[in-house]
Amino acid sequence: MIKAILVFNNHGKPRLSKFYQYFNEDMQQQIIKETFQLVSKRDDNVCNFLEGGSLIGGSDYKLIYRHYATLYFVFCVDSSESELGILDLIQVFVETLDKCFENVCELDLIFHADAVHHILSELVMGGMVLQTNMSDILARIEEQNKLQKQEAGISAAPARAVSAVKSMNLPQQIKDIKLPDLPQAIKDLKF
Amino acid sequence: MALKMVKGNLERMFDKNLTDLVRGIRNNKDNEAKYIAQCIEEIKQELRQDNVSVKSNAVAKLTYLQMCGYDISWAGFNIIEVMSSNRFTCKRIGYLAASQCFHPDSELLMLTTNMIRKDLSSTNQYDAGVALSGLSCFISTDLSRDLANDIMTLMSSTKPYLRMKAVLMMYKVFLRYPEALRPAFPKLKEKLEDPDPSVQSAAVNVICELARKNPKNYLSLAPIFFKLMTTSTNNWMLIKIIKLFLNTVVTHTHKNTNSFGFYVSANAKIVFLFFLFRFCLLPVRTSAMSLLYECINTVIAVLISISSGMPNHSASIQLCVQKLRILIEDSDQNLKYLGLLAMSKILKTHPKSVQTHKDLILACLDDKDESIRLRALDLLYGMVSKKNLMEIVRRLLGHMERAEGSSYRDELLYKVIEICSQGSYQYVTNFEWYLTVLVELILLESGSRHGRLIAAQLLDVAIRVQAVRTFAVNEMATLLETYPVTAAPNGTMQEVLYAAAWIVGEFATHLDGPERTLGVLLQPKPVAGHIQAVYVQNALKLFAHLVGEAVRNREPAAIDRYCQKLHEGLRAYLSSADIEVQERASSVYFLVALLRESLGAAEQHTVPVGGLLELAPDTPATEGERDEPVPDEKTNATSGYANAAWNEIEQIASDLHGLFTSELNPVAPKAQRKVQLPEDLDLDEWINQPPPSADASSADGGSSDEDKFPLFLTDGAGRGGAGGERETNGGGGSRSYKRIEYTQEELDKMRQARLLEQTNNPNYLKPAKKKASAADYQNDGYDDIPIAEIALEVPLQIHSTKRSDKYLMDAERGSRVFVGKGGGSSSRKGKGEKGGSGKKSKRHGKKNKRYSDESDSESDDPKPLHVVNTVIELPEGAILSDTEDKNNADPNDPHRALDIDLDAPFDDDYPVEMKRKSANTNQRHGVMLLRDADGSTNAKATRAGTTDPSAEQQRQPRPGGNNRSSANPEPARDHTREKQKKKKKSSDKERSALAGGRKKQTSDNADTMMLMIDEEPCKGGNETKGAKVRTKKEDKEQMTKQEEDGKEKRKKHSKKASKHHHHHHSKRDERDREKAGYEEMPAQAGGNGTGGSKEAI
Repeated sequence: MIKAILVFNNHGKPRLSKFYQYFNEDMQQQIIKETFQLVSKRDDNVCNFLEGGSLIGGSDYKLIYRHYATLYFVFCVDSSESELGILDLIQVFVETLDKCFENVCELDLIFHADAVHHILSELVMGGMVLQTNMSDILARIEEQNKLQKQEAGISAAPARAVSAVKSMNLPQQIKDIKLPDLPQAIKDLKF
Repeated sequence: MALKMVKGNLERMFDKNLTDLVRGIRNNKDNEAKYIAQCIEEIKQELRQDNVSVKSNAVAKLTYLQMCGYDISWAGFNIIEVMSSNRFTCKRIGYLAASQCFHPDSELLMLTTNMIRKDLSSTNQYDAGVALSGLSCFISTDLSRDLANDIMTLMSSTKPYLRMKAVLMMYKVFLRYPEALRPAFPKLKEKLEDPDPSVQSAAVNVICELARKNPKNYLSLAPIFFKLMTTSTNNWMLIKIIKLFLNTVVTHTHKNTNSFGFYVSANAKIVFLFFLFRFCLLPVRTSAMSLLYECINTVIAVLISISSGMPNHSASIQLCVQKLRILIEDSDQNLKYLGLLAMSKILKTHPKSVQTHKDLILACLDDKDESIRLRALDLLYGMVSKKNLMEIVRRLLGHMERAEGSSYRDELLYKVIEICSQGSYQYVTNFEWYLTVLVELILLESGSRHGRLIAAQLLDVAIRVQAVRTFAVNEMATLLETYPVTAAPNGTMQEVLYAAAWIVGEFATHLDGPERTLGVLLQPKPVAGHIQAVYVQNALKLFAHLVGEAVRNREPAAIDRYCQKLHEGLRAYLSSADIEVQERASSVYFLVALLRESLGAAEQHTVPVGGLLELAPDTPATEGERDEPVPDEKTNATSGYANAAWNEIEQIASDLHGLFTSELNPVAPKAQRKVQLPEDLDLDEWINQPPPSADASSADGGSSDEDKFPLFLTDGAGRGGAGGERETNGGGGSRSYKRIEYTQEELDKMRQARLLEQTNNPNYLKPAKKKASAADYQNDGYDDIPIAEIALEVPLQIHSTKRSDKYLMDAERGSRVFVGKGGGSSSRKGKGEKGGSGKKSKRHGKKNKRYSDESDSESDDPKPLHVVNTVIELPEGAILSDTEDKNNADPNDPHRALDIDLDAPFDDDYPVEMKRKSANTNQRHGVMLLRDADGSTNAKATRAGTTDPSAEQQRQPRPGGNNRSSANPEPARDHTREKQKKKKKSSDKERSALAGGRKKQTSDNADTMMLMIDEEPCKGGNETKGAKVRTKKEDKEQMTKQEEDGKEKRKKHSKKASKHHHHHHSKRDERDREKAGYEEMPAQAGGNGTGGSKEAI
């Protein structure tokens, strides 16, 4: 079973948090913070497994993480999951994100947190791995997005126009793009 | 209406959507909290609107805020509203929010049951899919119970997407509502052979999780898994299957070797061969390292589990270890880690094979990766032997000096102790060495969390290893003197002082300089209260010892000196803020005062107390000469004492000594549990009647003296200046003491002492005086620790190495001595045998000479210098191991409820609603076997019987059912008699059908025949069995209506069956019973479950 899936950036800002066991919000933030502290102090060339972390606790559990450019993807799993298997799963997850967002970068995760959740729910359900075949996952997501578009239909047009106008907040966009690590992020996420 | 829609849309246009919210938060980095508070206000506004789109937009924003750590449970109701929308977009948002913020204890979940049910049966598969995804995160027991059937229906949906999700969802249902497992299991099994690979994978996943509990349920699925493994290419699923095998085979063998020993070993062998087969194929078929690793892992597990039954397993284990060595030497850190992880599994059963790779593991200790270092540490635990313990510990200590990060250092410390103390110190040969190591650890790690552990070790060694006690006591005395108390405030290392003080006091007879140590104990240090309390108590013990010595040597002067010392030393403790310290100090204080008094009486003139203590007027001798100067004790010596008085002193001294003489034996932690609770002890009863109401007590108050004295001194009454000593008012006319009054001088002295203490305390701001660093303290400690008492041939002190290294060097020198002495034939023989390094083999030879009767492996080990006392006070029949505790399942284990024996027959209290549903198809077949006369259905039923254990489970109670109807025959029999004639024809037919079925079944499996024969003798007891069933039924009268309905239905079946039986009853009773035996047969065969799997394999 997977107990939690966390994505946070190099500064510990959460970009996605999915807990398959209930913790209240304060606890969740504390777990994210602690996990970040554990993970961030490790070099990039050490192993991807980590024991300890009192909050998510128990000797049966371990953290399995991967570091992509500016983001850490951390899975907290128990002994019935294969360590290397989970590493592959993280890879599948990131590749799927890359396909869905076309060269995914941290900004995509920031602005489309809900979409990331929906993608994740096609991979993992209730802490158990649902699907690991990427083409299947992509097909499911595609179908659901289509469904959503159909529903929005013509009535959503004005809203979309407005949001497009809102998005033309050029200075801000430039500011976003100028994030120094962005090109690196894109480069690293291409597999 | 249309206008409203348009208006709603227009409003929506200018509402903030999720992107706007995120952007806003990013733009307001400086006052994020304020901005978000403002947003939440807006969201609340939006939630009040009617438009679902607006609401869902608001909920989407809330979901984002939840991730940022804001509680959104207040919007639970709105989330449910959004979930119930017809539009997929909104539903998706709603369920996402619900999955993030609902939890099984949410009360709102009650409202969702019907809505979710509706969604699950939606025509749009994604509606149901989204509902399942959401539900999986917050499903509660109630929801599980109510929705289990709907989810089961989805398991046989036409859409693979839904089947896959439903299968996974069932696991969550089982966790919350374990009763669903049994009826759902056959269906789950079906899904293993689903045409869609994703559904297969999901089913494997679920069974893998289920197999964590009661894995033998799933052994019968082995053939299916075998098929999956050979056909599937889905790595993920293969890994899961391998994990599952690991769970089933290994866990099972370990737990149930006795009852299922044969069965499992047979199975395990099959699995084992199968795996070796797979193992060979793997590199060809796939390059996935993950799969390969899991295979190695499982092969190891299987090897370990069957190692007892297989003669040549050690070669295979060796092979595995070699493979793992390749992994560990790999440059990929992940593989290195996993290799070590797998190695630790082998270590548990085959420590020898791992020990040969000690070099590798020690090298891993130097790895830069903490995870790998920790794994390597784990391995070290199992690798130590008598021979290498000192060396390994030396390396660990060296690591500790270098290592960064307090948690890792703590872990190291813990490991050192764990390694040394394992198996009642079985590898420690020299306890002086071990104590030195402990003291080094104490000085090295002043901020450690494990102070208590070290303290326990010190106590344990001092108590249990008598030979080393003298050394321990003196070591502790030094530690007490030199330990820098001011060290790290958050650590628990101070606890060692507790142990040290206790050891010094308890084994005072071994002390070299008891008087000096008494002085150390009486110097108040800024340590925790409970430690100070032990100081006081053990100061008394030491004092008792000293006085005893003095009395023996007839040195009254010494006695007086000790009294004086104790009295002065106790002053600081008397004013301690800790109540325990205060109490003990005052007890000791007055005990000593008593002694002094009688001492004074013996001398015929009192020893003045210097104003410390004023004895009450009823001891006039004391009072009269209180202020006289201290006489010169030496001149008085013993001559001044009357013999009788001396005897009195002796008496007191021996009494005092007697308080502490009896030996303290270690008591097992479980000893208390074995003490029977006395029958007449009622812990709920009042020991003293509770005090009557306030009025009554105040009325009584005047008469009782005791009521005048409050239990606790009030500030005004007791705690004057430095107060804290006990004050007893002489109301009863007994001897009493007045309060101690400090003179100005003494107050000054105390102030001085306090100032001194403050300067030593790092928590006080102090004048710019340089304080000795912790390192200096340590060095001081090193130099102060006496080394002379260790009787060594060559007392050698090397400053560059640690003290504990001395022992290692000593051991090495010892071995070199062996080399010198043990030349000749034996050493040559050793060389020939081992071919190892000269030194090693020579020692080997020498030892062989000395302990020729010892086994080869043991003769390599150094001889233990000290023996651990393993006598522990333990009640009869109790075992030291923790087996009892281990059997009690962890109450927090979420899988605990799944410990269901699927092979066991159904109970009557089983929720029938579920059962009816699942068993509809299967159970009918089972029943038909008895009821129908149709040959074809019969055959079908038989087939179901052999492949589908659940059907057999359904059928298993059948004999019980039959018996039940014969046990309460009255209503049934009436019917039977009536219809006897009508049914005769059909029953004949049935009988022939039964015979046919019987043939098939019996030819199916020879084992079944055996079982059937076993069943025969039971026939006579049928009636009693039936009666039992009935009483059981009566017990369960509190059944729900639904359950009763179901039972009605089943009763019908049994009635019908009984009709047939009674039909034959009159004529061929005997033969009929025989037949009943045959009828039971398939159930037995199926319940066993081996038959099928064996054949298939």
